[in-house]
Amino acid sequence: MNQKQLLDEKRLGQTIIRLSHEIIEKNTTPGDIALIGIHRRGVPLAKRIQNQLKSIAQIDVPLGTVDITFHRDDFRERLVMPQIKGTEIPFSLDGKIVILIDDVLFTGRTIRAAMDVLNAFGRAASIQLAVLVDRGHREMPIRADFVGKNIPTHEGEHVSVLIQEVDKKDAVILTWDGE
Amino acid sequence: MLTHKHLLGLENYPSKDIQAIIDTAFQFREVLDRPIKKVPSLQGVTIVNLFFENSTRTRISFELAQKRLSADTVNFSASSSSLKKGESFKDTAQNIEAMKIDAVVMRHPAPGAPLHLTQFIDAVVINAGDGTHEHPTQAILDMMSLQEKFGKLAGLKIAIVGDILHSRVALSNIHGLQSMGAEVTLCGPTNLIPSFVEDLGVTVNSNLDEVMEWADALNVLRIQRERMGSALLPSVREYRSLFGITEERLANHKKEIVIMHPGPMNRGVEIDSQVADGGQAIILDQVLNGVASRMAILYLLCGEKPEDGNA
Amino acid sequence: MNIKTLPQKVLLEGGKIYNPVSNKLEKGNLFIVNGKIASEDKSQTFDAQAIDCKGKIVTHGFCDIHVHFREPGREDKETLETGALAALAGGFTRVCVMPNTNPPLDTPESIRFIIEKGESVPVHIHPIGAITRQQAGKDITEMGLMKNEGAVAFSDDGLPVQDGSVMRRALEYGSMFDIPIINHAEDKCMREDGVMNEGPMSTRLGLSGNPTIAESSMVHRDLALGEMTGGRVHVPHVSTAQAADHIKEMKKTNNKVTAEVAPHHIYFNEAAIEHFDTNLKVAPPIRSEFDRKALIEAVKKGVFDCIATDHAPHTIEEKEASFDLAAFGMIGLESCFGAVNKVLVKENGLALSTLIQMLTINPRRIMGFESDLFQTGIQAEIVVLDPDEEWLFSKTNIHSRSKNSPFINETLIGRPVITISKNKIINNE
Repeated sequence: MNQKQLLDEKRLGQTIIRLSHEIIEKNTTPGDIALIGIHRRGVPLAKRIQNQLKSIAQIDVPLGTVDITFHRDDFRERLVMPQIKGTEIPFSLDGKIVILIDDVLFTGRTIRAAMDVLNAFGRAASIQLAVLVDRGHREMPIRADFVGKNIPTHEGEHVSVLIQEVDKKDAVILTWDGE
Repeated sequence: MLTHKHLLGLENYPSKDIQAIIDTAFQFREVLDRPIKKVPSLQGVTIVNLFFENSTRTRISFELAQKRLSADTVNFSASSSSLKKGESFKDTAQNIEAMKIDAVVMRHPAPGAPLHLTQFIDAVVINAGDGTHEHPTQAILDMMSLQEKFGKLAGLKIAIVGDILHSRVALSNIHGLQSMGAEVTLCGPTNLIPSFVEDLGVTVNSNLDEVMEWADALNVLRIQRERMGSALLPSVREYRSLFGITEERLANHKKEIVIMHPGPMNRGVEIDSQVADGGQAIILDQVLNGVASRMAILYLLCGEKPEDGNA
Repeated sequence: MNIKTLPQKVLLEGGKIYNPVSNKLEKGNLFIVNGKIASEDKSQTFDAQAIDCKGKIVTHGFCDIHVHFREPGREDKETLETGALAALAGGFTRVCVMPNTNPPLDTPESIRFIIEKGESVPVHIHPIGAITRQQAGKDITEMGLMKNEGAVAFSDDGLPVQDGSVMRRALEYGSMFDIPIINHAEDKCMREDGVMNEGPMSTRLGLSGNPTIAESSMVHRDLALGEMTGGRVHVPHVSTAQAADHIKEMKKTNNKVTAEVAPHHIYFNEAAIEHFDTNLKVAPPIRSEFDRKALIEAVKKGVFDCIATDHAPHTIEEKEASFDLAAFGMIGLESCFGAVNKVLVKENGLALSTLIQMLTINPRRIMGFESDLFQTGIQAEIVVLDPDEEWLFSKTNIHSRSKNSPFINETLIGRPVITISKNKIINNE
């Protein structure tokens, strides 16, 4: 197994700051923004973006989390016990601009399932998607509104996002099989 | 995902699986708090609720759980069934199997009927009560409610109070609680305690006040009014004075005993209204947890990849 | 299994002949001419068909005084003909059929029906008449007339004679005929709706229990009534340690008392019911290991006179029901010797000769049948046994019309290889 670091701790931090700026620029009524992190690594990312929005624009936006386990379309093909982290959205999504946040955008299935969960919590004014990495290979008509870094990948390659809160360090690493 | 394909009873059921069901059930509690209380987890899964005996509560709880998981469900109850036309159990089972279903939730008056059913069909079988044998989903929701209240099950002291002999709830609770590390005492009229029940590792004590001093929680069983004035029980007032969970009795015990009841209650017989509706009772939490834990059970058992040709 | 007419002259040679009357086991030959025992005479035996019995034991054909052949009324379960095949496969040449048929054998006419119908089947069949009309437990039957037609004992088997005064009158009346009165001893009030032994296993399975005292209290009553009336009490299918104790005590003072034990009660204990196998649902029920061990000890101490199978065939439908609704009873003729020989002789050190006596002369004496079967001129009732063969009992070994046996897939030890009965020879190999 080979690997290559694509983002280090500093670059990753800068990327999060840039994503936060873009979110404010795009949305003219920042008071309606709500952040929803997708478990697992989308949750600490969302938390960091929430902090950035506070320091950049002095706005407090609500933060929620979604766990998509119950909404997965591949659940019946998995034979391991699901690790459920729980969905927690302690506010109504009615009229909110929801920014859905995840670490890696790949097939799009996770995002589809997450939007499914959000529907149960009210009718958002709009749903936008922010990801740290877009590695391509979509299987559904889904695109991100805010992308930290595009990393076109080949078969056999895998992108790992490491987040301090989960993995004890910040980094984005590309790994691939063979020589 | 779980060790066993079916859920027939909690005797020898792995504690890690009980814990996994309870943990998953708490996640479903969150779904039940959503404005739209439905997830697509069991889309395309067909479940038959096969009730050979009336049990409105259990059936509704299972039905709600199934609907909230987006499963397709069919109800088959004895009153409308072909059983009354003399069709054998085997024929009924095979007919249902022929209709291509994924799971059967069954309530039956005969102990062992769910095990019997697994010999005729391939679908997942969930026991919703087989006579006076087991009622595993009730015990799991009881344990979930205890865990919610106490944060743990290990080390808890639980008393089951009332007519143990005719109960389908007691055995499953005994097996489940013991495998989770809790202690169980049975309390009731000595002629309504099954003989040799101590072999299961429980304590038997017919002095309710002593038991209440000991227990963290009481699981109060329904006493059938039909049994009053028979060879088993002389009268309601005698039962109430010996085994009724009355307001006064509860007040006499300083510590906060948690009160549970699987329902339906006979208010004024085994439990006073003031107790049932009071702050120490978690009876309505049990009802809510019943839906959540049945969702967890269905989700974990019916989530297995279907075998070829049965998709 | 194949059944053939016995050749005119047959010589069973090279085996060990066990005579339960003299209790002697000797190397030797047995000569049968025209279906009857003949003395071995070199001038006669040279052209006889020889059957090699090397390594085998040749003894009296077994006698089972407690079987249900369901005729008349439930020929879908068993007939005298199919029951006879089951008997032959088990080494039995003589059986007593219980009267709980439909209609029950409660009249001289119905007794005659069995006698006449039984003549054409290849084992000897003796009817047991009902104690009470319709087995209703109230009015006693025409015992005298029934005995004249061939009834060898009286029993309401399947149903207890619950009313103590009826039992008393039946014993008093029956004492005129010196004939055994056999009461299915289970106090109905105590048994309630019990479907298995009351014990830890019934509690675990949530099945209603039948306590041991339901049997032992009624056995105690019957023994006391036997003593009081001078009637002949035979206690069938004893399942409990307490009942065995009562019998042991009473036998010290009353030599009219006899008792039988069934193979399943000494082979299985209640733990076998763990998976609700309805083939183990039987009345009286399979008991605890404590009772099973006590029954084996009682056999060794001579408390039981004989082994009787309580062969009780039922249809698949009646046994495929849930445990609480399934019929009571199991078949037992084909598996009998392999089961009791395994438990009593191989596992518990009973002398094989004692076991053979419990299957041959003892039951015959209880019923007043000829028991000295090696006398010259007696119609041959012979079984050739391999006492050491281990074999897996399977459905193909069953010749009964019903297959309700919990012995299927059990490894048994000892096997009847050849049975000779009513001028027929049955080869089991």
